[in-house]
Amino acid sequence: MSIVSIDLAPLQRADRWRVAEWAFWLLPVLGYFVFPDNLVLLTQIAITALFCLSLDLILGYAGIVSLGHAAFFGLGAYTAGLLASHGWGEPLSGLAVAALASGVLGFITSLLVLRGADLTRLMVTLGVAMMLFELANKLTFITGGVDGLQGIEMKPIFGTFGFDMVGKTAYWYSMVVLFLMFWAARKLVHSPFGLSIKGIRLNVARMPALGAPVNARLAAIYTIGAAYAGVAGALMAQTTQFVALDVLSFNRSAELLLILVLGGSGSLYGAMLGTIVFMAAHHVLSDMNPEYWQFWLGAMLMLIVLFARDGVMGGLRTAAARLVPRKLAAP
Amino acid sequence: MTKFTIAFKLSAVLAACATCFTVQAAEPLKIGLVLPMSGPFSAYGKQIEHGARLYLQQSGGSFSGRKVELIIKDDTGVAPEISKRAAQELVVKDKVDILAGFGLTPSAFAVAPLATEAKKPMIVMNAATSAITTKSEYILRVSHTLPQVTAPIATWAAKNNIKKVYTLVADYGPGQDAEAQFKKTFTVAGGEVVGEVRTPVKNPDFAPFLQKIKDAKPQAVFLFVPPGEQTIAFTKGFAERDLAKAGIRIIATGDLTGEDVIDGVGDNALGIVNSMQYSEAHNSPENKAYVAAYYKAYPKDRPDFMSVSGYDGMQLIAKTLEKTGGDATGDKFMAAAKGLAWISPRGPISIDPQTRDIVQTIYIRKVEKVAGKLQNVEFESQANVKDPGKL
Amino acid sequence: MTVLFDGIASGMLLFLISVGLSVTLGLMNFVNLAHGSFAMVGGYVCVTLLNKAGVPFLACLPLAALATALVGVALERTLYRRLYTATHLDQVLFSLALVFMSMSAMQYFFGAQQQPLNLPDFLKGQINLPGLDMGIYRLFLIAVSLLIAFGLQSMVSGTRFGAQLRASVDNPRTARGVGINVERIFTLTFALGSALAGLGGAMGVEMLGLDPGFPVKYIVYFLIVVAVGGSGSITGSLVASLILGVVDVAGKYYVPQVGSFVIYAVMVVMLVFRPQGLFGRMAAR
Repeated sequence: MSIVSIDLAPLQRADRWRVAEWAFWLLPVLGYFVFPDNLVLLTQIAITALFCLSLDLILGYAGIVSLGHAAFFGLGAYTAGLLASHGWGEPLSGLAVAALASGVLGFITSLLVLRGADLTRLMVTLGVAMMLFELANKLTFITGGVDGLQGIEMKPIFGTFGFDMVGKTAYWYSMVVLFLMFWAARKLVHSPFGLSIKGIRLNVARMPALGAPVNARLAAIYTIGAAYAGVAGALMAQTTQFVALDVLSFNRSAELLLILVLGGSGSLYGAMLGTIVFMAAHHVLSDMNPEYWQFWLGAMLMLIVLFARDGVMGGLRTAAARLVPRKLAAP
Repeated sequence: MTKFTIAFKLSAVLAACATCFTVQAAEPLKIGLVLPMSGPFSAYGKQIEHGARLYLQQSGGSFSGRKVELIIKDDTGVAPEISKRAAQELVVKDKVDILAGFGLTPSAFAVAPLATEAKKPMIVMNAATSAITTKSEYILRVSHTLPQVTAPIATWAAKNNIKKVYTLVADYGPGQDAEAQFKKTFTVAGGEVVGEVRTPVKNPDFAPFLQKIKDAKPQAVFLFVPPGEQTIAFTKGFAERDLAKAGIRIIATGDLTGEDVIDGVGDNALGIVNSMQYSEAHNSPENKAYVAAYYKAYPKDRPDFMSVSGYDGMQLIAKTLEKTGGDATGDKFMAAAKGLAWISPRGPISIDPQTRDIVQTIYIRKVEKVAGKLQNVEFESQANVKDPGKL
Repeated sequence: MTVLFDGIASGMLLFLISVGLSVTLGLMNFVNLAHGSFAMVGGYVCVTLLNKAGVPFLACLPLAALATALVGVALERTLYRRLYTATHLDQVLFSLALVFMSMSAMQYFFGAQQQPLNLPDFLKGQINLPGLDMGIYRLFLIAVSLLIAFGLQSMVSGTRFGAQLRASVDNPRTARGVGINVERIFTLTFALGSALAGLGGAMGVEMLGLDPGFPVKYIVYFLIVVAVGGSGSITGSLVASLILGVVDVAGKYYVPQVGSFVIYAVMVVMLVFRPQGLFGRMAAR
């Protein structure tokens, strides 16, 4: 029997880092010096960007529309929070345990998500998240209920970098975690596994004919997405030293979906850009008008969706295609 | 004198005055308010802001010679990480001297460690869970706690022949505090709690719960739910099911019949006996002046207990600064604020030096129509009530 | 049993508000998460007419529906139309943006507090039978909802408009080829969906309250009804609403400790066993 060899060269070419990407990852460094008084905001942007990245993995690449992704974020947050409030304040291991917990939940619920079309999946993911929310609400003696989980005290990272009020440690901690996980995700989507996931999204009927086990792949990517979300949640708990029920709320899932669509799904960078645009706009508008910023934010989003299909990334691609003669290959 | 001499003397006087001003002009006082200005609790933020701004306006915009700069940040009320972020920016970026506001308990809990680390006074203007003031040595509260307001109504009920009560509270910190305190005080005074239920904090449909209450046949139902749509839903359901005809009355904390909500509840509120620290109908010269000023500034709204907390929070800052001579540094401020007492539109209030929580008179009121408007008319009171949750 | 009756009433209200979403989603394939905003508009119109203009309650209801329909048509012609060919995700973004704007706008015009609604006396109170207490307003609600359900179903399956609608949805191209003005059909359908939402919102004020946060508070329930019932099916929405209403109320009465949990659990179970919804078509969209 002859051995079938696969030409991985196109994948490897796509995997190479472009100049624009290097430039993008200089932003965290820049941000530290340009906005030294807003580090907490920037840290929360990084955490949300990681959370959005996790949604992009399952939605943009695997095509699973989820309105309940906050379930994993929240589980990660409570796991890390509970560990810390019970004395285990070491940050990195907290992240690992949170990732594990969320990953397990993701794996279990992936069985429910495999059936049905868009609307069904949407509602099943929503249902799971809402059930978890109600559970956390009821188990007040564990989670602190609506009032929140307090008493989270974090030990310094590597024993030296303590979490301070200005937020310097939290900033670098979140940025580094974001970068490393982004790098891993990027590698994943450029691998044969990633390619098969994209194939499932584009034409699920065809994939088994190519020998790809659809359900197993979907379960795998859903688990990975859940674990990523768990890490984001854990980061939030550790850097704010507080966890409240809203980490599991529908609002959080819905806002996340909004951010991803705003940025443009399916490119990983869309998740990053969408988060930056949305949260920066929220912040600026809220300072200008604490009562009615939502109106202006809605207006801005509406303009974007009317004039730029596929979100910010789509808009950038269209603009780039017009300005630069050479076509930008999609990542 | 020659013209030259006059001019010389005049300019000398003016120069002296100019140095006077530069010496006396003090640094502005920056106060950062973290409030839910948007989202489901924006009604709270609005009332607190109104009260705070009213006091500032009445003081001419400065306390002890320092011009006051009020910075308001929205925390949406539902995301404590935004409360923390807002507070942190106020401290690090805007360099505020004092943090205030906090419409909900989780917001206060999230910001407490920041107040300690930054050594900034943190004035709580609404969040009502007992434990809040224990979270930082820099927290002062000017609003109320649920146990503080609940105990008097429990005592009143027991004294007035109400022996069997069913309790219904929302399932969160303040609700649990209210339920625990009511049970404690009521049973000690000889009453019996025949049933209790905790309702979900979000979107409860009171129908099944009201039915259960009707079936249990108590003499009264003690109620605590977050002010707003739930109070309306409950009273409507109560009226619809004719629970009053079955001989059951409603007793509650004043959250049920707050001025911001009572017009929404409508005539269903008539006759409800409740306890609270403030009523628009409170008969004192301070309150009459306050109410008049409030309507002048904000004709579309009615002053309620949250607006008075905003007002008194600012008054606390002003009076503390009078004592410290304008010095708002954390430790000096806290030392001067402990034990301060004054007459607020609600009545006499003071800050307990041990717990840094508010001590005030709690009034028992009944809802009646006064000059065509629904009002909480006070008929009994208990003075100097401390927060029993901490005793 | 009173609990059963309350559950049915609760379900009927849910149906009334959600059926409009089922119509726009199922028949027009447009994910309109701003459906709650239309219901909210209907509520505010009703309350304003009742409190400020003294219009009798029964007249306020159709007026609220009409006003909402007009708003719907205006938005459909200017904004929604541009997104018919967009992806579902872009439609989600658009409708959520609309939700933000509508909530803020209502807060600006009406304030953040609850709107008072005083029912006319003949709708207040209860009818007390042995073992069964029936709220008069709830009876009214059930009656109106059944009328609407019946009317809608006969319209869609019995009238010419209904036939044209179904044709336009199944195959717009051929429908155009047969001379059906598809754009106008869609506008009318959207108007209908909005009118239903407005009516539901107006009727719901008594039971659900009304404040600027209405859309986000209840959007989850509407989505549940449409998903479980099957989008595009009026009977499906009715059955799903009834099941969910009864289960929710009964759950809160008998097992209040897990009250809210029950509705989500039931939904997940039903969707896992019947992913296309009770009466939905196996849409491979």
